[in-house]
Amino acid sequence: MAAVKYIASEKLPDWLKSLAEKSRVLVPVAEGGGVVFRPYAPGCQPVFGSDATAPPKGSVFPACQELFRYERGKDAEDPGKGTLKLLPATEAEPTVVFGAKPCGARGFLIFDRVYMGKKFPDPYYINAREATVFVTMACSTANVENTCFCHWVGSGPADGAGSDVLLTPVAGGYTAEALTDKGAALLESPVLSDGAAKAAEADSVKAAAREALGEAPDISTSPAALLAAFDDMDFWRDQSDKCVSCGACTYLCPTCYCFTITDEPTGQSGRRMRSWDACMHFQFTLEASGHNPRPTKAHRLKNRVGHKFSYYPTLHEGIIACCGCGRCIKSCPVSVDIREIVQNAVARAKG
Amino acid sequence: MTDPFNPYLPEVATVLETVQETHNIKTFRVRFDDEAKMAAFTFEPGQVGQLSAPGIGESTFVINSPPTRMDYLQFSVMRAGEVTTMLHGLSAGDKVGVRAPLGKPFPYEEMKGKDIVFVGGGIGMAPLRTLFLYMLDNRADYGNITLLYGARSPGDMAFSAELPEWTSRTDINTTLTIDREAEGWEHKVGLIPNVLLELAPSPKGAVAITCGPPIMIKFTLEALKKLEFADEQIYTTLEKRMKCGIGICGRCNIGSSYVCVDGPVYSYAQLKALPNEL
Ligand SMILES: Cc1cc2nc3c(=O)[nH]c(=O)nc-3n(C[C@H](O)[C@H](O)[C@H](O)COP(=O)(O)OP(=O)(O)OC[C@H]3O[C@@H](n4cnc5c(N)ncnc54)[C@H](O)[C@@H]3O)c2cc1C
Ligand code: SF4
Ligand code: SF4
Ligand code: FES
Repeated sequence: MAAVKYIASEKLPDWLKSLAEKSRVLVPVAEGGGVVFRPYAPGCQPVFGSDATAPPKGSVFPACQELFRYERGKDAEDPGKGTLKLLPATEAEPTVVFGAKPCGARGFLIFDRVYMGKKFPDPYYINAREATVFVTMACSTANVENTCFCHWVGSGPADGAGSDVLLTPVAGGYTAEALTDKGAALLESPVLSDGAAKAAEADSVKAAAREALGEAPDISTSPAALLAAFDDMDFWRDQSDKCVSCGACTYLCPTCYCFTITDEPTGQSGRRMRSWDACMHFQFTLEASGHNPRPTKAHRLKNRVGHKFSYYPTLHEGIIACCGCGRCIKSCPVSVDIREIVQNAVARAKG
Repeated sequence: MTDPFNPYLPEVATVLETVQETHNIKTFRVRFDDEAKMAAFTFEPGQVGQLSAPGIGESTFVINSPPTRMDYLQFSVMRAGEVTTMLHGLSAGDKVGVRAPLGKPFPYEEMKGKDIVFVGGGIGMAPLRTLFLYMLDNRADYGNITLLYGARSPGDMAFSAELPEWTSRTDINTTLTIDREAEGWEHKVGLIPNVLLELAPSPKGAVAITCGPPIMIKFTLEALKKLEFADEQIYTTLEKRMKCGIGICGRCNIGSSYVCVDGPVYSYAQLKALPNEL
């Protein structure tokens, strides 16, 4: 890949401004007590320190998205009969996601295997994915938190998988490495200079962050361990005891990709929408007969953890459907900790 | 035909005809408005479709006409909630959206040369009908065909226009049953699993296919086991709440199996291997 570049902190607004002239640029900004991704506008103050409260999931997978519009009408020849027109819109806006942590961008690698499947690839997702470039920022020891566990799931604080450009904080600014062609194109900007002299410093920042995370426990047996615990409802009741089924853990998760489909009528026309949905809710699997295969929060938490650490890896070459960002732990109102649940299941299987 | 470019976009179809089967089941015969797509459309017995009433939403229904009769696609809908209530309001000439075919079919090729035992209860006859008619249209490919179809009362039996033909044909063995005596009923009275035990079809070189309410399936499976059908010889279809129907929305999983793409047809042996979450 291309040589390392460097951008001084005070030049960053210039770079963002030039990027924002060509596409939507989403940056983490403080809002309502949290940090969320919002379109950059000159003068806006991005927060590049600690990880955003909400991941950049909505950049490619909006919380609410139109699948198509429909229009009903009357048949010109037979006014007693109706007509129906369906108008899909799959275009996506060119977007740069700037300043997410590597785990937030890596989340889309989990999506890709599902949304870019061979039989029914998802055109809305694919178009948005192709129109989006990720400029992520490697973590330094200053932003490694005790909820982070990316190193448990095969990643790390400077993992570039899923990123197009990786920035690393160094004295006075950031190094910038292009990881894809899309990323290299962004580094063409004259506000960036050669960063060869800073490369060693960047490497030690990355190494220190990795070190700060400490050792990762071995959870490689989690797929089998979680299946082994499937019928042990006492175990799952214990694990889910505190849960209040709020769903925050799924909505804030960069790897949770489930959705629902609903119609929004306005008179004779309207739209079919898809929006984020969560397996932590009772309605998610409620059948028309009234039967619900996941009637309690214990069943539902079992599915959430099982999906990430067992079912998904079973279908996708062992890849865990969690990027270890720790958002579900940090934002859970009652401190349910997915790490503990996985470890408890692994320990339970060992007997 | 579900568009490989946009699998969420239904095909616009016109309702040709409706049949009020029972007080809460209505049958719809539909054709795509795009005749070229209708002519190119293929599916296999057991596959499903999403029927949509734009403005209300979409729901999953089995295509219960067989692929050997492509004048129309037939769906039989039991009123259960919002979409199904809306669909019940439709009549000939009205438009619906169709996304099909979705899901896996019955292994009807592997069933060739075997004796076939169909056990259907209530609306559960719908998924069986497609395979049953397919086999009748390819009668020579299959051995003895037994159909046991039961409903609560005579008024709850769907496909009543076809029942006289099914019971009078000599190349199949049809038994109809209802739960309790009713005036004018000339067929069996008794719960499906009990009648099945009475009929006692031989498991030798046979497969059994059952669908109906969960409680009926449970006792039918017990009866089939008593008759010494092996797990591999028994097929059923599962119902799960579905949205996308294409393995993406994440709603219909049982462990790592997605009912919308890996099912809805499963053998009893496959079901037993899944986590216990029906
Ligand atoms: C593979 C498969 C094949 C099928 N084949 C057939 C078939 O051939 N014929 C047939 O009749 N049926 C079939 N079904 C069942 C059919 O899909 C359902 O009956 C149908 O989806 C019901 O849709 P509805 O919109 O009318 O119900 P909905 O209005 O969606 O309601 C469904 C249930 O969910 C509950 N509910 C919905 N939203 C909420 C909420 N926000 N809060 C609380 N509760 C809520 C309601 O109480 C209701 O009981 C099949 C299902 C599957 C999966
Ligand atoms: S499960 Fe929790 S830690 Fe894992 S990716 Fe989702 S929010 Fe992050
Ligand atoms: S955030 Fe916590 S309380 Fe809310 S659903 Fe998730 S585990 Fe339960
Ligand atoms: S219905 Fe969406 S994954 Fe099965």
